[in-house]
Amino acid sequence: MTFSEEKIVLSSQDIKRILYRLSHQVLEKTPNLEKIVLLGIQTRGAHLACRIQKIIKEIEGSQLPLGVLDITLYRDDLTAIGPSPLVKETKINFDINGKVVVLIDDVLFTGRTIRAALDEIMDFGRPERVELLVLVDRGHRELPIRADFVGKNIPTAENESVEVRLQESDAKDEAVIARAE
Amino acid sequence: MEKWDKKHILEIKEFDREEIETVLSLATSFKEISQRDVKKVPALRGKTILNLFFENSTRTRTSFELAAKRLSADVVNFSASSSSLTKGETIIDTIKTLQAYHPDILIVRINSSASLSTLAKYTQASIINAGDGKNEHPTQALLDMFTVKEAKGTLEGLNVLIVGDVFHSRVARSNIFGFSKFGSKVTVCAPPTLVPYEFEKIGAKISYDLDDAIKKADVIIMLRVQTERQESSFFPSLREYVDKFALTPQRFKNAKKEAIVLHPGPINWDAEISSSLKEEVHPLILKQAENGLAIRMAALYLVGTRKRAL
Repeated sequence: MTFSEEKIVLSSQDIKRILYRLSHQVLEKTPNLEKIVLLGIQTRGAHLACRIQKIIKEIEGSQLPLGVLDITLYRDDLTAIGPSPLVKETKINFDINGKVVVLIDDVLFTGRTIRAALDEIMDFGRPERVELLVLVDRGHRELPIRADFVGKNIPTAENESVEVRLQESDAKDEAVIARAE
Repeated sequence: MEKWDKKHILEIKEFDREEIETVLSLATSFKEISQRDVKKVPALRGKTILNLFFENSTRTRTSFELAAKRLSADVVNFSASSSSLTKGETIIDTIKTLQAYHPDILIVRINSSASLSTLAKYTQASIINAGDGKNEHPTQALLDMFTVKEAKGTLEGLNVLIVGDVFHSRVARSNIFGFSKFGSKVTVCAPPTLVPYEFEKIGAKISYDLDDAIKKADVIIMLRVQTERQESSFFPSLREYVDKFALTPQRFKNAKKEAIVLHPGPINWDAEISSSLKEEVHPLILKQAENGLAIRMAALYLVGTRKRAL
């Protein structure tokens, strides 16, 4: 599939404002900071988690524990997609038992990535609650999963794709919609 | 993107550099799984893996078995001593019979060379070589390279010295192929009776003088004196061997300060390595075992999650 006609739906300024808003929402929902841990899904979710950690530090002055999750080994299509996908680092250097885990990803689509992430999180312990934070919700869910904190709802067609680009991996901040030809 | 299109893992000889790098980079991620409280991921759930050891092994077999279990595969061990081979069944018939159980991966150790690719014709499963006679032991070389990369930061431009019974050593052969692909130079050092000239043809330099060869080495791989494979005598006595080819504190002093020592295990202390060097060299050798598990998980993952041709 090749994509053309990119349309920018979030600018770098938009993304910045959204991340501040989402950080405030996370804090509003769980005022007890000691309960919160951040988990970013590789790779762009991890970048976003890192930014949210910085923003919360700026607002509240304390640094929340931050982990990264690679969900590849928990995918439901692992033997169907071939060749074997790359497995990136999973790093959770803290106890998640009894914590409020804020799971962070860039785009929420079918919900299958989140299902895999939830399974992986449960292998690390039993959090009090897991909340989902996404920059973009583009719809088309295939599983009963919803986000608690949404940056922007962007209704899309099946043949469109939403791509989030971040400084850390793509040299600029933006979200675009592209249509398959 | 990472490169991988192999169905089997039979020989490092047939690997290219990118494929080795793929395995090593995956192993880095897999190492973390063994440090978790729940040491299991569902990647190979529902896959059947048979550990087929026609020749004795404890650590390689255990390491493969654990690797398979940590990836959620079902593993069955099959060893020669308790198998129908002792009742006269041929290896090919055994493989054909086992195919009836529809295994996904066969991990095979066998004492003769050049037969794994033949066995592959009698099964639809992927085959991973866990040591085939004097030929190759690919996962051992991969874990050695992984350990060297962790310790040295690179696999390029190193002087690798392999000391001991290279004649009987599939580990030596696999390592020569592997390290050479990264532009490292491999020297093998042993009594002349234990180094066939063939090793020059596969890219290694030959030395009979450990005191000289050790000076330039960045990586020293000590091999076990394989008494069970000495069909006839290759050196006059163990004492003479130790005198000339063991790693002693005196010799180790002549090596580079940052040189590292590896050993595929099990070690006979005071045969190939002086026990007085234990404190210094044992930690990294134990790390090899830890890394071996991660490498084997990576190997199983790569052949186990290939898209199946229907």
